[in-house]
Amino acid sequence: MTATELTTLTAAGAAEAIRRGDCSAAEVFDAYRAAAAADDLNAYLWVADEAPQEPSGDRPLGGVPLAVKDLFCTEGVPSQAGSKILEGYRPPYTASVVARLAAAGAPLLGKTNQDEFAMGSSNENSAFGPVLNPWDRARVPGGSSGGSAAAVAGGSAPWALGTDTGGSIRQPAALCGIVGLKPTYGTVSRYGMIAFASSLDQAGPLTRDVTDAALLLRHMVGQDDRDSTSIGFPGEIARPSARSLEGIRLGVPEELTAEGMGIDAGVLETFNATLRVAEGLGATIHTCRLPHAPHALSAYYVLAPAEASSNLARYDGVRYGARVENGGLVGMYTKTRSQGFGTEVKRRIMLGTYSLSSGYYDAYYGRAQRVRTKIADDFRAAFAEFDFVVTPTAPSVAFELGAKTADPLAMYLNDYCTVPMSLAGIPAISIPNGLSEGLPTGFQLAGPAFSENRILESAYALEQAIGFRNLAPVAAREVTP
Amino acid sequence: MTGSEFEPVIGLEIHVQLATKTKMFCGCALSFGEPPNTLTCPVCLGLPGTLPRANAQAIHFGLMIGLALGSELAPRSIFHRKNYFYPDLPKGYQISQYDEPLCRGGHLGDVRIHRVHLEEDAAKLIHAGSSGRIHGSDASVVDFNRGGTPLAEIVTEPDVRSAAQAREWLTLLRTTLRQLGVSDVNMEEGSLRCDANISIRPVGATELGTKTELKNMNSFRFIERGINAEIARQEALLRAGDHVVQETLHFDPRTEAITSLRSKEEAHDYRYFPEPDLVPVATSEAMLAAARDALPELPAAREERLQELGVSAASARQLAWRTELGDYFEAALRSDGAEAQPLANWVCNELVARVGEEDPNASKVRPEALAKLVALVGSKAVTVGNAKLVLDRLVTEGGDPAQIVETEGLAAMSGGEDALDPIVDAALAANADAAEKIKGGNMKAIGAIIGHVMRETKGRADGAEVTRIVRAKLGV
Amino acid sequence: MIDREQVLHVARLARLELSDEEVGRMSEELSHVLGHIEKIGELDLAGVPPTTHVVEVSNALRPDVVAPSLPREVALRSAPVVAEHGFLVPSPQADAVDE
Ligand SMILES: [Mg+2]
Ligand SMILES: [Zn+2]
Repeated sequence: MTATELTTLTAAGAAEAIRRGDCSAAEVFDAYRAAAAADDLNAYLWVADEAPQEPSGDRPLGGVPLAVKDLFCTEGVPSQAGSKILEGYRPPYTASVVARLAAAGAPLLGKTNQDEFAMGSSNENSAFGPVLNPWDRARVPGGSSGGSAAAVAGGSAPWALGTDTGGSIRQPAALCGIVGLKPTYGTVSRYGMIAFASSLDQAGPLTRDVTDAALLLRHMVGQDDRDSTSIGFPGEIARPSARSLEGIRLGVPEELTAEGMGIDAGVLETFNATLRVAEGLGATIHTCRLPHAPHALSAYYVLAPAEASSNLARYDGVRYGARVENGGLVGMYTKTRSQGFGTEVKRRIMLGTYSLSSGYYDAYYGRAQRVRTKIADDFRAAFAEFDFVVTPTAPSVAFELGAKTADPLAMYLNDYCTVPMSLAGIPAISIPNGLSEGLPTGFQLAGPAFSENRILESAYALEQAIGFRNLAPVAAREVTP
Repeated sequence: MTGSEFEPVIGLEIHVQLATKTKMFCGCALSFGEPPNTLTCPVCLGLPGTLPRANAQAIHFGLMIGLALGSELAPRSIFHRKNYFYPDLPKGYQISQYDEPLCRGGHLGDVRIHRVHLEEDAAKLIHAGSSGRIHGSDASVVDFNRGGTPLAEIVTEPDVRSAAQAREWLTLLRTTLRQLGVSDVNMEEGSLRCDANISIRPVGATELGTKTELKNMNSFRFIERGINAEIARQEALLRAGDHVVQETLHFDPRTEAITSLRSKEEAHDYRYFPEPDLVPVATSEAMLAAARDALPELPAAREERLQELGVSAASARQLAWRTELGDYFEAALRSDGAEAQPLANWVCNELVARVGEEDPNASKVRPEALAKLVALVGSKAVTVGNAKLVLDRLVTEGGDPAQIVETEGLAAMSGGEDALDPIVDAALAANADAAEKIKGGNMKAIGAIIGHVMRETKGRADGAEVTRIVRAKLGV
Repeated sequence: MIDREQVLHVARLARLELSDEEVGRMSEELSHVLGHIEKIGELDLAGVPPTTHVVEVSNALRPDVVAPSLPREVALRSAPVVAEHGFLVPSPQADAVDE
């Protein structure tokens, strides 16, 4: 098989090819290594020099290499969370989930670009420059896992790890036309993930199809003693095979999908078309209510920055990372942090510090935690009646670089449909469901905690019926004469 | 205000390093003077991506402390983050407990406990002097060995009324904690640290005055001196018509000067919020039972039990609150035929007079040796005076008291009255004027007679027996 | 909603230094975002418990067993400035006055 043929396979397809002996794990690794090294989307911040010495073709993930978001700590390999303050930082340990996947036969291919400390929805907040969308290089890939999404969609990675705090896997997956899944909070260990907002951060797969997402997720979940909030997954993630949605009740929340909620007409169009596909597969479509969902973004922009302001206090120029001397201790702290953090990170640190500061806690943090309770209650009520809640993943297709950088609030609205699930800690997948203005849109399917297998089954059935091509046209063109 | 009397109102905050094997949130061993930065890991260095995991033994010790202090143990308690920047704090926040601590209420002696909570210790900051690496300015070096050591913070109600009471109460607390085995409680090494919140008010007033927080008193002596100095400072202010400013103060034991510490964080805005990386501690029945089972007998209970054994109230108190003394006493009491009260007297008076503050268990006087000596006295085989000489020998050389009595010829005279009679006669003859005085009713003069007999017998005579014979001979 | 004075106070708490221009911009942007956020003030949340964790786990305690520590050179490897086997920092005392 040629290198181009290898890199257009899905990860499961590549693993199968290796297993059949059509190619070796080293060949697959080398093909991707070359593609990653030649990447011109700025998707990678580091690429492995060579294939791992130990062949892992006989392991469950077949030796198919994995692109990993920069914020996962990888021993001896730059792990910078897209920030200048961690430029060149090489941790002395590896994140639990990365180690787990490597042991299962998915060796590290490279570290992918991201919004600094996962704060952003466009990847324009990376200290190492923006990532370009493989569908249109004038556009953003979404964020914060934009490098992972662009690499998978652009053909330089078979699959990738991302993290999702308020939509950071699902939204870039939607904008790049691939599959992204945010698992139930606590199923995947956070140990070694450079934290943005601890109570929301969760690692998940970005893949070319639903089968790959299931395969990768199967080897990600599991309790980890190093993460107190880790609970593992009851049972095993299965390979999905459903062809029908018979008996499935889909709830469409008015609050997130009604016209006038800021969702582009083209996005609503593909969303409605997908609902018709679902009906065709036997599902029933219902309107449902998530009364507090309109307040989710507000609660999120209190809770996440508050936790972040504390999580980012450790970047002080003492034990690692950049340092700028400026007379005394406070001067050193202040200069180091002011020069090391980018604008968006500083904005969120300010927002979070403010909402936790004396006199404001109850009005902001305390209330936001209560709104969070109400949002989880809303979902519980919805799932008592419906199997899944479905929405468009993002309110628009990929937008042009620079289009929203001047207006933070407009940028935050990108997460309007994904943040409620994050606050509730429930799993949600985004699958590509068509094009609008020639760019991919995403369909989000969310279920109750630990319903990953049912989500994957339904997403698989939809994927088969929709028949979306799993690679951006540029990458795909190379194999279609 | 001038001329009125003031009453100090003092509350104490005690940080106790727990004697676990590992740190509060990681598996690093606790530090006992190891070379700097040799007991660290990604977690206690606060490396990006790391997460804390609470030490079960620290929770267990916390529950034991709560039980010993009669606190209410929370069925559910949580950790918070206390946010401030300081080089000894690797994450930029300290994981501590805030409004849902492990234990609330309770008391020790007559001082009420407000709360007991768990937290992690800061690292050590060592002044490095002027360093060439940072132009001209002072520099410090951070050693993270201590960072993350489990701490229990015990906060009292403002029930203490004097520096002396503070010192005395802290001694009780230290004894209790030592007995629990939850800490080394060594102030000099920093495993027990005390801050005091001090205010004063006119005697009779019920409203509290403005308080100051006095930090860094690292010995019992300094605590007393520091509190007294602060009380004097506040009194001088008020008498001069000035007022006390609420602030954190540092006591310099060398100069006894009190200086204002600038706050670590502006206006102490610690921005507490629940630590999202840790889950709540739910104290289960099993955890409670384990803590209860691990409780040793505490001083108050021991005091009562010793009294029931026939030990006087004063001795029982001394033995109960000086654990090592109590342990020594009880070991001696296990010897055959030992009697509680005489033994307690010898331990509390004669032995303490000779070993002072030192642990008697580490002395050369074996508990069974002291018991034997006391038994020899009881059976009149040796006089009290000679027994004290034997004890002197035991303290310097150790050994068996019976053997010392024998080789030194210190045994009480045998033969009773028959043996003593001629010696008393000789004494009366040699001290005729004393004999006259006794006959005249002046019993004090008998001292000269007894002294003579003792010189003749090298102290082996029984003073009471000599007195009886003298009285009989002189008819008084 | 959040004026320049507050922005400066919060920046000091967060150990961030903002240029004059940044202070103005931050005040404007944060006010805009807070204006949106403050809508949660309209909700009736009486009696609603706060959510800190979506997972219902408690304890997750660690047995008190020693695990190996890092060799010192590894612990110090990423430090910007090292001296006397430790992490060198400007002395906090020197700051006390101007803080
Ligand atoms: Mg404390
Ligand atoms: Zn450690």
